Amino acid sequence: MHARSEASAEQAADWPEEILAILQRFDVRQVPYVPDAGHSQLIDRVLGSSTMRGIPLTTEEEGVALMLGAWAGGQRSALLMQSSGVGNCINMLSLTQVFRFPFLTLVTMRGEWGEFNPWQVPMGSSTQGVLELSGIRVLRATHPGEVKEVMEAAASQAYNALTPTALLLSQRLIGTKVFVK
Amino acid sequence: MSKANLLDRRQVVSSLLADRKDAIVIGGLGASTYDIAAAGDNDRNLYLWGAMGGAVMMGLGLALAQPKLPVLVITGDGEMLMGMGSLATVGLQKPRNLSVIVLDNESYGETGGQLSHTGAAADLVGVARACGIADSRTLLTLCEIAAFAKGMGDILSGPRFANVKIDKANLDRVLSNRDGGFILNRLRGALGYQPI
Repeated sequence: MHARSEASAEQAADWPEEILAILQRFDVRQVPYVPDAGHSQLIDRVLGSSTMRGIPLTTEEEGVALMLGAWAGGQRSALLMQSSGVGNCINMLSLTQVFRFPFLTLVTMRGEWGEFNPWQVPMGSSTQGVLELSGIRVLRATHPGEVKEVMEAAASQAYNALTPTALLLSQRLIGTKVFVK
Repeated sequence: MSKANLLDRRQVVSSLLADRKDAIVIGGLGASTYDIAAAGDNDRNLYLWGAMGGAVMMGLGLALAQPKLPVLVITGDGEMLMGMGSLATVGLQKPRNLSVIVLDNESYGETGGQLSHTGAAADLVGVARACGIADSRTLLTLCEIAAFAKGMGDILSGPRFANVKIDKANLDRVLSNRDGGFILNRLRGALGYQPI
């Protein structure tokens, strides 16, 4: 069995719940996303939330523009996407430097840890570099036990210091919790 | 080349904004931003000088955050074509207070007047309607523009989309502010929010 089903049944993990709790504590109200299997538990919880609005996008760059509008209107937001989506955002990320608004994205990584699909590797390999060249600070969580602490730091610097931040959720983390056979 | 009875973009925008009251207005990059600046600077204007394709999504974020205020996106056909997927995202969220109007000269006026897709093929009104924005229409006269301007103040019956065929005249630029931090914090201040 070579293929890993991205929609395979998964056990509920603790770390998406920890991310959700931190988003709620920072009063995040709009959560734009392009679906990813690694984000599926968090997306379900956001869509079921009474305080947050999950907003499906047709492409990730829409989310960057939406976040500026949300902040202009007084609301915080966070963008959920997969590593390949970072490439779709590049020009729109200029908004974070032009406007200095609270930008936080949570990126589930592909193409870096036992990847089966070669098409995921090029963008997964350049995700961190692309973000950094675009002026985004990058933090990373690799093990379930560190997600809460790293997410806390990411949210704090994004919302309190207007430091545009990406939290990369490693494929090792996603893989160990989501892509079970 | 030029079709008869096409509207003048500055007249269209000044008519749209003449009685805007508390509306928030977002201008897509290029001539749309100049048109809004020409109609008069306002604390509630969000001018874009880049981020092509993002104007409608900024309008959506604002409309969802401020459901009691009318939000109007004024942009061009080239900018709208680049962000066409955002019409599907708006069609799904259906913000009642959001209006989008496209100033369609069927060309990229800022870069030399190259033809866009709307002259020969793409029907943006059809796209918007097919994306779930039921109130999507073509506006042909200043009288219809005035009626649309009145309608955009209704925050319970959107989203609405309108396409206006305008003439290709390349008018003198009226430059708006282009300091993002200033524009953003001025708008937030007008809505009662403080800088961090």
